[in-house]
Amino acid sequence: MSAPNKSYDPVEVEALKPEEIERMRDEALAAFAAADSLDALQEAKVAHTGGTSPLALANREIGALPPQAKAEAGKRVGMARGAVNKALAARQAELEAERDARVLVEEAVDVTLPHDRVPAGARHPLTTLSERIEDIFVAMGYEVAEGPEIEAEWFNFDALNIGPDHPARGEHDTFFVQGPKGGTESGVVLRTHTSPVQARSLLDRELPVYVICPGRVYRTDELDATHTPVFHQVELLAVDEGLTMADLKGTLDHMVQSLFGEGMKTRLRPNFFPFTEPSAEMDMLCYVCKGASVGNPDRPCRTCSSEGWIELGGCGMVNPRVLTACGVDPGRYSGFAFGFGIERMLMFRHNVEDMRDMVEGDVRFTRPFGMEI
Amino acid sequence: MRVPLSWLREYVDLPATETGRDVQAKLISAGLEVETVEQLGADLKGPLVVGQVLTIEELEGFKKPIRFCTVDVGTANGTGEPQEIVCGARNFAVGDKVVVVLPGAVLPGDFAIAARKTYGKVSHGMICSGDELGMGDDGSGGIIVLPPETEVGRDAVELLELVDEVLDIAVTPDRGYALSMRGVARETATAYGLPLRDPALIDVPGPNAYGYPVKIADPMGCDRFTARTVSGLEPEARSPIWLQRRLQKVGMRPISLAVDVTNYVMMELGQPLHAYDRNLVQGSIGVRRAEPGEKITTLDGVTRTLDAEDLVITDERGPIGLAGVMGGANTEIGDSDAPTTEVVIEAAHFDAVSIARTARRHRLSSEASRRFERGVDPQAAAAAAQRTVDLLVLLAGGTADAGVTEVIAPSAPHTITIPADHPDKVAGVAYGRETVVRRLQEVGCDVYGQDELIVTVPSWRPDLTDPNDLAEEVIRLEGYENLPATLPRPPAGRGLTRRQRLHRRVGRALAGEGYVEAPNYPFVGEQVFDQLGLAADDPARRVVKLTNPLNDEEPALRTSLLPGLLGALRRNDGRGSHDLALFETGLVFLPGQEQHVAAQLPVDRRPTDEEIAALNAALPEQPRHVAVVLAGSREQAGWWGRGRPADWADAVEAARTVAREAGAELVVRNGQYGPWHPGRCAELAVVVDGTERVVGHAGELHPRVVKALGLPARTSAMELNLDVLERAGDDTPQAPRISSFPVATQDVALVVDGAVPQADVEAALREGAGELLESIRLFDVYENAEQLGEGRKSLAYALRFRASDRTLTVDEASAARDAAVALAGERTGAVLRG
Repeated sequence: MSAPNKSYDPVEVEALKPEEIERMRDEALAAFAAADSLDALQEAKVAHTGGTSPLALANREIGALPPQAKAEAGKRVGMARGAVNKALAARQAELEAERDARVLVEEAVDVTLPHDRVPAGARHPLTTLSERIEDIFVAMGYEVAEGPEIEAEWFNFDALNIGPDHPARGEHDTFFVQGPKGGTESGVVLRTHTSPVQARSLLDRELPVYVICPGRVYRTDELDATHTPVFHQVELLAVDEGLTMADLKGTLDHMVQSLFGEGMKTRLRPNFFPFTEPSAEMDMLCYVCKGASVGNPDRPCRTCSSEGWIELGGCGMVNPRVLTACGVDPGRYSGFAFGFGIERMLMFRHNVEDMRDMVEGDVRFTRPFGMEI
Repeated sequence: MRVPLSWLREYVDLPATETGRDVQAKLISAGLEVETVEQLGADLKGPLVVGQVLTIEELEGFKKPIRFCTVDVGTANGTGEPQEIVCGARNFAVGDKVVVVLPGAVLPGDFAIAARKTYGKVSHGMICSGDELGMGDDGSGGIIVLPPETEVGRDAVELLELVDEVLDIAVTPDRGYALSMRGVARETATAYGLPLRDPALIDVPGPNAYGYPVKIADPMGCDRFTARTVSGLEPEARSPIWLQRRLQKVGMRPISLAVDVTNYVMMELGQPLHAYDRNLVQGSIGVRRAEPGEKITTLDGVTRTLDAEDLVITDERGPIGLAGVMGGANTEIGDSDAPTTEVVIEAAHFDAVSIARTARRHRLSSEASRRFERGVDPQAAAAAAQRTVDLLVLLAGGTADAGVTEVIAPSAPHTITIPADHPDKVAGVAYGRETVVRRLQEVGCDVYGQDELIVTVPSWRPDLTDPNDLAEEVIRLEGYENLPATLPRPPAGRGLTRRQRLHRRVGRALAGEGYVEAPNYPFVGEQVFDQLGLAADDPARRVVKLTNPLNDEEPALRTSLLPGLLGALRRNDGRGSHDLALFETGLVFLPGQEQHVAAQLPVDRRPTDEEIAALNAALPEQPRHVAVVLAGSREQAGWWGRGRPADWADAVEAARTVAREAGAELVVRNGQYGPWHPGRCAELAVVVDGTERVVGHAGELHPRVVKALGLPARTSAMELNLDVLERAGDDTPQAPRISSFPVATQDVALVVDGAVPQADVEAALREGAGELLESIRLFDVYENAEQLGEGRKSLAYALRFRASDRTLTVDEASAARDAAVALAGERTGAVLRG
């Protein structure tokens, strides 16, 4: 529309008069100043700096001026537009600051509101404690071995040097499985300990054998605060050339240090188990009082009943008869084994007072234990 | 075994300052499990004195008969005057010697004695019963009446040995010798390095021809039988206080002198003894196996039908005792009505296995059988018989008959040969030969040899049979507490197996989805299968049963995790937790078609592979399952808005979560199975080795099941066989190629018959869309009969297309979409919604 035209005779243009330019500028500045919101400023911006704003239109007229007038008019318009843009930016910043100060405050929320749409789940602490123990030994090179819960008597007893007439066999409070046609003789029981997995491991694996065997076991005890007919054990078996009781002791010490911290140790007391010889009962130093409560009535310890030690379970050197029954030459190989109850450790490690809490599946009990322990 | 410290000191000169706790620590270290040390009379305070009853006045008019007595207590009360005492017991008469507690004394249980008014009189103290003094059962059921010769005014605390310490030892099955004072004294002496006065080392006359005749028909079952006779026992003779007290302290009840003496000697030497009333035994005594069906009435009054394996003691008539377990009623020592004046004493040695079997068969565990099962010192029989004779002569005024019977089947002492450094190798400690030999000698072994030791074990240690048994003796006496700690170096391990990792992953994934793990007992009753709506021929009804379940209502083992898990759901709901999502992983037990008895394989060699396979074949299949159950809200209502109830879809999604962890492609389709709502049940399948297998079900439970099991409405559940899922899975997912060209999105709404599963439509779209399809997602399901027609539904999908090498044109994306829609139309009758 107003492109430069050489044939057009330049004339004085009304819109480029200095007072007109000043008016346009002042109107723009006033509009910006009057804009009381970012939206209003946007409108003013379009009106005073957009393509059809008076200053933009005036700018286009410059081309129509005689060459000698162009420079001066261009300078005038440019200065006016510069002032307008500067004022716009300033007002923009001013209004944004004001918005930040006011609007974002209005948008504030109560971040303490809960958002438990789906409450967290959890794994049972018996599972996670067992895994924690497994992991200690897996890190040392042991492998996790598993076996059936309904087990042949030969694996549960005979192979472990608990013959049919062994007094210990009667002390196992065994659940017996019905035989064919409802008969009493089946040769099959609910395993009373995880030790049959020892025998299975020796039969299945190549020597040397280093395994950790977690699992559920069964005894005919009624459920009460301290007994449950279904419970969990972790069993360890190492069979190699030249293993000694000192190795057993060191392995136990390592385990309790891993689970309960530096400075922990175990104590062995002679005991009897048919599948180990020598056999021992193993205690661990009380991780709470570290023995300081012994003979110190002012500082009683609930965890160890002020005994200083906590009974863990049984252990010993694998009875050579067990090795023989599993086809391992006891003249060349020796081994050690230990086993203990997970329920018991959970009780003293996490202050569980009643065994029933661990078996009833109450979500209030399990939730606090989360994913790992 | 209960061991009074005062009695123990008779055999070992322990320092006077050693307390029960000190001895306990030493014995525990030596391998005797001393569980408790009971402090007898620790809270007892005198004056407690012997008194003689002078007068008894019966007080009338009370609910029970009451006596007002005067009792001479000598000068113990400071005045010498008779003590006036009110007493409710009646088992005493004027002139009897009794135990009197005077005001100022404190009886066990913090029972302070003071003069007090009762039944209209002032009672200055009490006449005591054994119970009140914490003495244990004396069989009298009333107050203690002392022997007439007891001196009036004497301190009764000392007389009745009321202050003592008793060690209670849990004796392990291998240490039968520790079921005696002699055995515990030997360990104590060794632990303290003090000499032992062995009570079995007494002079014993040799056997002769005129002892009581004994015939042993089964020398394997009975390799030794000593018989002695004592006559002229005074009928009125009673066990002296010291003997009664010792029996009480070890936990036995005094009965009669002859019985008490045999019990006492058993406790002292560990040799079970039996005394027969000689006048009731007819002819010679025999030992043989019972004839099948033969009967005997034992001392506990029970008539027992005998088994051909039972070893019995007989006279001419038949059985007079169940050998090594319990005597017969027909030759029982008489009571005061029919006193026994002549006894035959039996000190025999029986085969441990035979006794154990008999005790188990007849469910009759006695002090005698417990000892024989664990091993009794055969060499102690003669001494035990002699000790019994001596005591009967001393205490009952009897006469020891000169006849001594001893029937002995010859046996060689047991010897074990070990390298002298064997204990060192077991322990990982260099003890040295000298220490090894000395420790074995302390145990009672004879040891010969240098580098190879020939060790003859003592007769009281039948448990010492193998080289490692000897190693244990050395190591325990050297102290387990002195073992060093070393760590073995296992070969490098391979970490967890795939099955083990999957088990953990599934637990973590479900917990991550808000499920709480609830492991349950596997015991079920078969009625639960009806409650779950299983068909009559459902294989899950085939169960493994126990012969001795804890609860007769639940004799079977689970074939599904649901009964236990739903029980946990119900329990939680009953306790006020209503929004529930639970899971369990565990074994289920599926018996094979034919059940076999698992053989008892030998233990002296490795079983053959066939033998092991046969054993395993006798076991049920035991796959690991995973299950979830849900009820209440899956998403809770809150300030953000409404909640969402848990439903069938959550259960199916849980199956997808598990399958994802397994890397298995899960086929989900409408199915019908027992516990589930027939219209809201998903059948879950996977492909294993090219064959599709149903691995479980998920959905909402059938309303009938919900009702039968008392569950919250709309309870949903899922159960899967994790082991099969593992086999279907692939845990090495392949990385996709990520294209950075722009995505082209196309939405389609397809109308299909309401019965067409969306999975079919989606599969057809996916296939038809071809390689350019990056993803497909169903974002809406719409049913409206007016707009779509009766029984029709609209499925709206978002399809995202992308190429790996270029920006797709609109035409390319549209062509792919059209191909997808075309195939869906062909396969499922789907038409584009106009």
